[in-house]
Amino acid sequence: MFPTPVQKAPAWVRIGYQILLPAALVLWLLPLLGVALTSIRPAGDLAAGNYFGVPSYFAGPENYTAVFRDSHIGQFILNSFKVTIPTVIGAVGLSCLTGFALSTYKFKANLWIFFLFVAGNFVPFQILMVPVRDLSVRTGLYDSVYGLMLFHTAFQTGFCTLFMRNFIKTLPFALIESARVEGVSEWKIFWHIVLPLMRPAIAALSVLIFTFVWNDYFWATVLVQGDHAMPVTAGLLSLKGRWVSAWQLVSAGSIVAALPPVAMFFLMQRHFIAGLTLGATKG
Amino acid sequence: MTSTPLTLPVDAARPSWWKRNQLRLAPWLFLAPGMIMFAIYVIAPIFQSIWISFYDWDGLGPKKWIGLANYTELWGDESFYTSLKNNIAWLVLYMLAVPAGLAVALFLNQTVAGIRLYKSLFFFPFVISQVVVGLIFTWFYAPDFGLLSGLIRWLTGSNVAILADDRLATYGIIAAGLWPQIAYCMILYLTGLNNINSEQVEAARMDGARGWKLLWNIILPQLGPATFIAVVVTIIGALRSFDLVSIMTQGGPYGSTRVLSYFMFEQALSEYGYRMGYGAAIAVVLFLIMMVFITIFIARMIRQERDA
Repeated sequence: MFPTPVQKAPAWVRIGYQILLPAALVLWLLPLLGVALTSIRPAGDLAAGNYFGVPSYFAGPENYTAVFRDSHIGQFILNSFKVTIPTVIGAVGLSCLTGFALSTYKFKANLWIFFLFVAGNFVPFQILMVPVRDLSVRTGLYDSVYGLMLFHTAFQTGFCTLFMRNFIKTLPFALIESARVEGVSEWKIFWHIVLPLMRPAIAALSVLIFTFVWNDYFWATVLVQGDHAMPVTAGLLSLKGRWVSAWQLVSAGSIVAALPPVAMFFLMQRHFIAGLTLGATKG
Repeated sequence: MTSTPLTLPVDAARPSWWKRNQLRLAPWLFLAPGMIMFAIYVIAPIFQSIWISFYDWDGLGPKKWIGLANYTELWGDESFYTSLKNNIAWLVLYMLAVPAGLAVALFLNQTVAGIRLYKSLFFFPFVISQVVVGLIFTWFYAPDFGLLSGLIRWLTGSNVAILADDRLATYGIIAAGLWPQIAYCMILYLTGLNNINSEQVEAARMDGARGWKLLWNIILPQLGPATFIAVVVTIIGALRSFDLVSIMTQGGPYGSTRVLSYFMFEQALSEYGYRMGYGAAIAVVLFLIMMVFITIFIARMIRQERDA
């Protein structure tokens, strides 16, 4: 264990650590706490210059209902779900197949295809922007949730393939080999033997991709124009433009927009971290 | 008692065409759907962008071939150099996330009550969208009612409007970007620390190694893979910086916070006009910069695959 556990340290270190821990956390989350506090502050407080003090009363309900009543944020959130959920299913599904192919078959192009997926996953979005937008316009997918969904599915397949391929590599290959000797078809090997073992990888990737896609802002602005298809990240910005000085509403909107991935993270924490830190321990 | 049949089924002697070729064809069938999607939306657009960068195009009308004119214009464009300079500032300063993440991870690598909750709360900034991070920090920096400006006013008595000051704005945005990035590096290092060989650490302790020496000679080498990934994701994050610039300053004041990714977007798709060819040329430059790092990363992967 490094650093030395505080339990083995002198008493003053132990007590100091226990005090420092919450203090550091408050400092670390200070910007977020400020926004959370602003979101429950009545508009009158901000007008009167009470920015940092105790709110004169708890205005949470009125601010949060105002956000939903006066803006399309409900629609934006729905759009985000419409883009995010099919993307998670699509990208994870496709990469189960590609990952299986790249991890269990030996053929000449194998490594090159794998590297193509990996490299494609790292390119700057801007190099894709003009052609992808053009393609979406020509196929009628521009300004719709489907256009966004298809792009995200394709793009995230790169990262998912990297992940799945490395995950299947850790499974015992003898299992597949003996099934082959028995004459089990390749599809059945995938479906009945490998796929059930991939459950932890599927869970980890699903939460990760959910967060990535939910939080996307660039493609939401490039591929969508109207409120009917706009995800919550891009929608939030239009609210900021409209509520220039109503920071209590912008804050409340921000909190609402951040909630789904945060909930996802806390519910599936173990999977989330397992996904994110893949490769941080070995290789 | 039954005896095993000695005759083989007839079709096993002469397997069907599919049975004979299954092993050769199966990988391609498994790969096809993913590869087609990836080719359409990721691989092909890279080449299309390079091609478009040689044209003058507004995105709707006919394209006009102008050769390298977009690149020569870029060569003389002052905004391009501002963006490039800011990209370098992002790259260099973003790297602070790696040691800072390690420091936070070392601080949190204890087993006291509630530490799990602390770890997840420290990780929090990474989970929320960059749009929300941008809004939070815009508010944090706001001249009259922002928490940070309030603090600075209280300490020094003077007002600072970070995002309106063309000397400070970029650094203000980078600081906002560091917040989630440090959280990301922290989680990588926490996982790395979890898997450290404790026997080696104890042996080094027996030999009298402590503190910095222990960290530098024993711990850091074991954290190599975590460091590598932290560096890779931080470089990519720095070069991808778009959201925060777009949300916090929209490239301003006076274009001083532009980075290549934002400059490209501005030229290709904003009120400044639809200059797709020029935008594509900027994107190609950014792509080439990224390609340097991608190549290093892939080269390392090739080496690993060969060892495996």
